[in-house]
Amino acid sequence: MTALLDPTSERTVQERQLSPRLPDLGEGTVALLDISKPRGDVFIKRLEELFAERGVSVKHYRKPTFSKPAPLDLRQQIAAECTAVVEALAD
Amino acid sequence: MSDESTMALPVTDGLLAVVKDDCETCHLVVPVLAELAAGDRTFTVVSQDQADFPPGFEVLHDRELDISWKLQTETTPTIYRLAEGEVADQQAGWLRSGWERVAGTPGLGAGLPDQRPGCGSDTMLPDVYQRLMRRHSPHRISSRRVDLGSAEDPIEAAYARGWTDGLPVTPPTEERVARMLEGTSRAPGEVVCVLPPDLAECTVEKVAINAVMAGCLPEYLPVVLGAVKAAATSRFNIHGISATTYFTGPVMVVNGPIRRRIGMNSGINALGQGNRANLTIGRALNLVVRNVGGSRPGGVDRAALGSPGKLSFCFPEDEEGSPWESLSVERGFWPEDSTVTLFAGHGPIEIIDQKSRNPESLARTFALQLRMVGHPKLAGMADAIVVVSPEHARIFREAGWSKTRLRREIHALLTLPGAEVAAGAGGVAEGMPPQVAAGGKEFAKYTAEGLWFVHAGGDAGMFSAIISGWIGGAASSQMTTAAIDN
Repeated sequence: MTALLDPTSERTVQERQLSPRLPDLGEGTVALLDISKPRGDVFIKRLEELFAERGVSVKHYRKPTFSKPAPLDLRQQIAAECTAVVEALAD
Repeated sequence: MSDESTMALPVTDGLLAVVKDDCETCHLVVPVLAELAAGDRTFTVVSQDQADFPPGFEVLHDRELDISWKLQTETTPTIYRLAEGEVADQQAGWLRSGWERVAGTPGLGAGLPDQRPGCGSDTMLPDVYQRLMRRHSPHRISSRRVDLGSAEDPIEAAYARGWTDGLPVTPPTEERVARMLEGTSRAPGEVVCVLPPDLAECTVEKVAINAVMAGCLPEYLPVVLGAVKAAATSRFNIHGISATTYFTGPVMVVNGPIRRRIGMNSGINALGQGNRANLTIGRALNLVVRNVGGSRPGGVDRAALGSPGKLSFCFPEDEEGSPWESLSVERGFWPEDSTVTLFAGHGPIEIIDQKSRNPESLARTFALQLRMVGHPKLAGMADAIVVVSPEHARIFREAGWSKTRLRREIHALLTLPGAEVAAGAGGVAEGMPPQVAAGGKEFAKYTAEGLWFVHAGGDAGMFSAIISGWIGGAASSQMTTAAIDN
């Protein structure tokens, strides 16, 4: 019988539940994350207007570069300060 | 894996002969064996095949060939003198003078010819050799064994499990991986790096398995290990390279003595097909990134179009024919160091210039094509490697132009006026932000660290090549060079 050696990292995929969806945004703060892509500011400015019309408070965050994962500190800060996050992902 | 590698020989001192029934020379030397057995020294006859050969002797039957393996017997018959468990002297085949020397006994084998070549040891049979190597390998392979069904084709099984890049792979059997690990002195369990995007620990063994699949020979493994280590650095940023919608993949340039030692091709068709080392080393890195790092097209890999180089893009520099110091020397290594340099790139883009006979004109041609990289109106973004062919290099050599001079001239030619490159200028929406492009500002197409020259290619053809980069600089991916260790 032929046996092959597993070329993968052999990590088992961790199944994670999505965080519970918020019923509304009334009480919380929404993080607006700019990942430093061109025109991300345009998208975020418009979202900020739309949230303001609905009385939702927002906070602004920025990744140092779109080409690398967000630093751990930034992720923790957003999690501590906000209840939801909108990421301006693409140009 | 068993522990036979530390197995001691059945005898530690005296004479020992390894023979087999299926060998004419072994039959020829039976009278000599009898002469030695009649002496008062310890003399052991080991038979590889038949337990009763030669007849009339007390034979140690080496059924599993462990004794022959331990002795590294390549030929039968072989006579050994052992001292304190080690081989002190030996003679393969029948050579009277040799046997007399080993035995310390003159006048052996009267009536026999002076010499007769022996036969191949059974340990040298290909399937037997593999089995024994696996049994006696000091390596402890710890990867999961995937047992295949008797009707399962191993190549199809690798496809079915998502291990391949779309081309067939060499099935990574335990025997092949054990042989691959002979290519390095490093332990299989040693962690080479933590590899993005999954941030998985990548061991020497996992690299070896993927190198087998890519088609590497064991002597290529140190290059692949160096490349994997370089790829995992934050400086090179394989996560970003994997995830980008851009074309880019890891491009590898190999420098130093290892290029020649493993037969890489820096000449005709250096960037193309046909050389096993070039192709399989580049492929191995990409398979490691896929299988260990977890980057797969449509998963983390979001390339809009990708490029064929994401299968493999690896070549050595032609250092010997170059008018300049090599890439690795430029990057701070000694010429005698073997290195692998990683660059986030794709391509190549051609540079045709069959008419320039002076460096000023040829530099202008280079600059015209280099302006295209990414977009003619974008500056300070992508890096580039120019692969300068011998016929173009000759022009710079004859004029005494250094790499520094060439780089300086091209930088001067590629200082772009803001009015020309601003978004919207020339009726093209793409370009540099108009607010920063105003007021007579100029833009350098390439940053000071963004333009590199490597020498390679066949002797004929006034063509060079641009390997386009992704986004350069510390925020994205920077060229990364690693020393190749054994």
